[in-house]
Amino acid sequence: MSDLLTVDGLSVTFRVPGATVRAVSGAAFRVRAGRCLALVGESGCGKSVLAHALLGLLPGNATVTGQAWLDAGGGERIELVGASRKVLARRVRGRLVGLIPQSPATYLTPVRTARAQLEETLRELGAPQGAAELAGRHGLRPADLDKYPHELSGGMAQRVANAMALAGDPRLVLADEPTTGLDRPLVDRAMAALRELCAEGRAVLLITHDLRAAERVADDLAVMYAGRLVEAGPAAEVLARPRHPYAAGLIAAQPDRHFVPIPGMPPELTALPDGCAFRPRCGRASEACAVLPAMAAPDGRTRDGHAAGGDAAEEHTVACHHSLEESRA
Amino acid sequence: MLEASGVTVRYGRRAALEDVSLRVVPGTVTGLAGPSGCGKSTLARVLALMLRPDAGTVTLDGVPVLRWRQRAPRELRVRVALLYQQPRPAVDPRLPLAEVIGEPLAAAGRPGPDRVRELAELTGLTGDLLGRRPHEVSDGQLQRACLARALALEPRYLICDEMTTMLDASTQAHLVGVVRDYQRRTGAGVLAISHDMTLLGRWADRVVHLGEPPFRTFAESAHQIRQVRDLGE
Ligand SMILES: Nc1ncnc2c1ncn2[C@@H]1O[C@H](COP(=O)(O)OP(=O)(O)OP(=O)(O)O)[C@@H](O)[C@H]1O
Ligand SMILES: [Mg+2]
Repeated sequence: MSDLLTVDGLSVTFRVPGATVRAVSGAAFRVRAGRCLALVGESGCGKSVLAHALLGLLPGNATVTGQAWLDAGGGERIELVGASRKVLARRVRGRLVGLIPQSPATYLTPVRTARAQLEETLRELGAPQGAAELAGRHGLRPADLDKYPHELSGGMAQRVANAMALAGDPRLVLADEPTTGLDRPLVDRAMAALRELCAEGRAVLLITHDLRAAERVADDLAVMYAGRLVEAGPAAEVLARPRHPYAAGLIAAQPDRHFVPIPGMPPELTALPDGCAFRPRCGRASEACAVLPAMAAPDGRTRDGHAAGGDAAEEHTVACHHSLEESRA
Repeated sequence: MLEASGVTVRYGRRAALEDVSLRVVPGTVTGLAGPSGCGKSTLARVLALMLRPDAGTVTLDGVPVLRWRQRAPRELRVRVALLYQQPRPAVDPRLPLAEVIGEPLAAAGRPGPDRVRELAELTGLTGDLLGRRPHEVSDGQLQRACLARALALEPRYLICDEMTTMLDASTQAHLVGVVRDYQRRTGAGVLAISHDMTLLGRWADRVVHLGEPPFRTFAESAHQIRQVRDLGE
């Protein structure tokens, strides 16, 4: 299947008094039609900023460079980083690309009911369906729609946000922690809904802290640390045999594993070291790590763009001078 | 002990909680589990003196609570801290993180930049973040600041309402460790609210289960949930 989104060399910096925050550095990945890519990584590593950069939703102190090509259908491609506000507002946001935001409660207008906000979204998009029908598909009862945001539980607010993001029938869905505040049955339901989107040929970029959910729903997985992608590949493989020491530490920190945090403080994105940013916290670090490692396949080939085409699984790549040995049988 | 007994809360005609009783015992971690929308957050707000129940009582170290929210005596209010599931609505968007963390210290008339730095470091916030406002940090970074703020006045009871739900596994393990260390050091009572039974199994000394209305019974056990009628310990 084709690439719906191809991101290359995407970087985001923020100007803050006396410093520059390097929130995303040279991100390259693709999201293919019919597939789900999960993006995981430490809190503050740049996941939400990356998603917002694709939609032109960053504040004025942000600078975005690089490219992000979106397949708009009918042979047309839109480059999102350089796209005008008008194109982003009229064609991209809500129509071609739906965003399920993190912290949905703060995205809803406090003085209007969930129904009023859903109806407005549907009207703007010229969508034929009614608010109740849309809400029902996301596990909300009609009575829930008459509530104001402060009367919605965290899980209900999440479902309203999900419904709003999908109202315009987008080809690409950016889901930023869409299961926050949901219990297991609702997480399962939300994940099944994302899987369904993929089955319909849409593409999903799923930002999540829930590695168990990622394992079940994602085809591919990318691990981010301090604004860089440090490992990527088929989700099941990366989770079973992580090769970057950071990825291994993250996976081991789950409550059903060791439940031990990665030692040390999170990196300061205003003062990133040269070379590998994980170096100060890494047990395998050596002098070699002062040089930035490139994303490479196991045999040492650096990843060359998006060579692997068609339906082939993504290659398992890692950016580390001392990556963990593959322990294949 | 922080104790709710026979608490009922209604939103309009709908009961969010009906005749619910729960004890948070100093020196222990009580887990509270239950499906989405079963009233866990409502119970958290009642126990934090933020919401007056329609019926039932709350007692704090033997003192019955008679006034709520800002009208509750300050001396009682500072004994309970509440951490919300979503940090954004819980902070003043105009304040830089250092002031968010320092808010309770300032309100208590003892502002302390050193104490703020200490709390920030404890919760894994690097110095570069302290001058930024909430919209300039990530959700997880903001939640760390909320935990730092909650610990500022060393509350006797800490209520964590889905505190780690938007955090990666390593940050979750870190912050749960911070709360556990705090609880062991000060003998505080902790109420840990979560959907995640695996997490509660690692964190809590006992787990209480809040069901869907109208079956307001509790089930309780460390790992396996057993149905019991009420909490007559
Ligand atoms: N407007 C801004 N100005 C300056 N720095 C910012 C701004 N917005 C975000 N940042 C910084 O950019 C980095 C990436 O933030 P982002 O919200 O993408 O993190 P995240 O990976 O989504 O984290 P979480 O898992 O906690 O949601 C963070 O270190 C944050 O402090
Ligand atoms: Mg985020």
